[in-house]
Amino acid sequence: MSVTDAQVLRIETMAAKIRASIIEMLVAAGSGHTAGPLGMADVFAAFYFHILNHNPKKPEWKDRDRLVLSNGHIVPVRYATMAHAGYFPVKELLTLRKFGSRLQGHPERTRLPGLETTSGPLGSGLSQAAGMAYAARMDNQKMRVYCFMSDGEQDAGNIWEAAMFVGANRLSNLTAIIDRNNIQINGMTESVMPLEPLRSKYQAFGWHVLDVDGHNIEAICDAVDEAKAIYEKPTVIIAHTIPGKGVSEIEFDYRWHGKPPSAQEAAVFLRELRSLRGKVRGEHE
Amino acid sequence: MPQRNVPLRKHKDEKERATRDGFGDALLSLGESDPRVIVLCADLAESTRTLAFKEKYPDRYIEVGVAEQNLAALASGFAAMGKVPFVASYAAFSPGRNYEQIRTTIALNRQKVIIAGMHAGISVGPDGATHQMLEDLGLMCMLPNMTVINPADALEARKATLAAAMHDGPVYLRFSRETSPNVTTERTPFVLGKANLLLDAAKPDVAIVATGTLVSQALIAAKALANDFAVTVLNVHTLKPLDIPGILKQAERAGAVVTVEEHQLRGGFGSAVAQCLGTFAPMPLELVGVSDRFGQSGTPSELLTEYGLSAAYIAAAARKAYHRKRDA
Repeated sequence: MSVTDAQVLRIETMAAKIRASIIEMLVAAGSGHTAGPLGMADVFAAFYFHILNHNPKKPEWKDRDRLVLSNGHIVPVRYATMAHAGYFPVKELLTLRKFGSRLQGHPERTRLPGLETTSGPLGSGLSQAAGMAYAARMDNQKMRVYCFMSDGEQDAGNIWEAAMFVGANRLSNLTAIIDRNNIQINGMTESVMPLEPLRSKYQAFGWHVLDVDGHNIEAICDAVDEAKAIYEKPTVIIAHTIPGKGVSEIEFDYRWHGKPPSAQEAAVFLRELRSLRGKVRGEHE
Repeated sequence: MPQRNVPLRKHKDEKERATRDGFGDALLSLGESDPRVIVLCADLAESTRTLAFKEKYPDRYIEVGVAEQNLAALASGFAAMGKVPFVASYAAFSPGRNYEQIRTTIALNRQKVIIAGMHAGISVGPDGATHQMLEDLGLMCMLPNMTVINPADALEARKATLAAAMHDGPVYLRFSRETSPNVTTERTPFVLGKANLLLDAAKPDVAIVATGTLVSQALIAAKALANDFAVTVLNVHTLKPLDIPGILKQAERAGAVVTVEEHQLRGGFGSAVAQCLGTFAPMPLELVGVSDRFGQSGTPSELLTEYGLSAAYIAAAARKAYHRKRDA
């Protein structure tokens, strides 16, 4: 299922809308993470508007693909994407982190259908995705399981317990995507706790590893197609992203990991995002 | 304080078993009756009594290795797909090591996972303090959405396991390694959240409310006290939801209470009963349990004496409660 130019254009347009929504909802919330959600907007748009087999009107549909978001703190990008995909009204995005909202600061499955799980504490999403993929294989269910993780999260031992399990059981119906944006709260990942060589770590655990430009829609879709075609082992896609992508002041700056923009900053950022008209230039093009 | 430990007495013709054996029995029947039931184990198949299930249903037994964090979160994923996962490890490791995964991916996430904590309590004996889990009941009772069961004997353990499989929500089951006398029979009813009165008295002076395998010690203590004053023994197998009406009824009949548990007193069963009595019916209360100490190597009998948990200590606590009531 290769992606056409027209589809890429549509996905890019959706990604721009998602980015604008992220800025708007973070300003309204007054707290939350900015850089991670912006950086993953292209990946989320590619999944919800092309890759995932899902139905926004039937979020509990049994045969849907499962998307487990392990690094729950970037959930604003998932909420924004789900709203634009039709899971709930876009205006509900402005209730993020507010009392009584279904859009909790970190995602809770029991509050909002379609989230698949509850996450925030890092490192346990891959295990849950593994349980889902294993169960699907037991029952000959054809749906696929995707697990989105952050790179900083790879510090957690639970990830490697799960990576070992998934590799040992050859869960090829599971595809992991690592948001490789090189930042975490205390600084750059390679200074906080070096992850490299990340690629050979996963290879050693029995995974097929792909590196892609996380802002290149076509490359993301192609990588997932390749993962689907590999039956002998699971695949991890290391998606190289730019934290804060689309807003030049936020890009590459780890200080934007855990804070929201002010209203004044947001006005500038939104003007910049809208001037792009959906076109976010990939670094690797 | 009394020094002599009253030996556990076996009923004639009765084979003594451990509560973990009752768990193993129940898993086999569940394997037969419910195809959704699966078992995840962290490299402890024999000692968690999941080996028979593994041999009979190899496709539904998932080996996780020594990885308890993965164990808990994997189970959450299986439950999300409609399976009924039982996770088996030692209580010291699960929930000891994987508390956050249980909290977030099972309890908050409201996934029906049944966590079987084996080798709980000080009676694990020679293994020493690292393996003598004395904090699990408190950890699990504090979690919203979690049901907590601590069976008193192998028969009750079997019924508790079957009940957990039927329950809509996550459950923690606590099991012991050591064999213990049967205090219930095949016909004793098991209703989740409903305590069983094992020993009644026409005009009780002290109510002993006990949980887990120490219920047998409470019964021995009651027998030793028979000539002094009248004692009732209530077996509280479900710690959460706690049978507050059942406990209050026996407490108010007697006017003095002793709690018994193989667990830390802080945050354990005694604390829960104290909260209940303090709120609804303040009265003399004595708590038997481990008092802010770690365990050590020894035989179960030596340790029950050293930590003040044996029948002799329960009887002494009952006498103290009785006198406090009388002198009040």
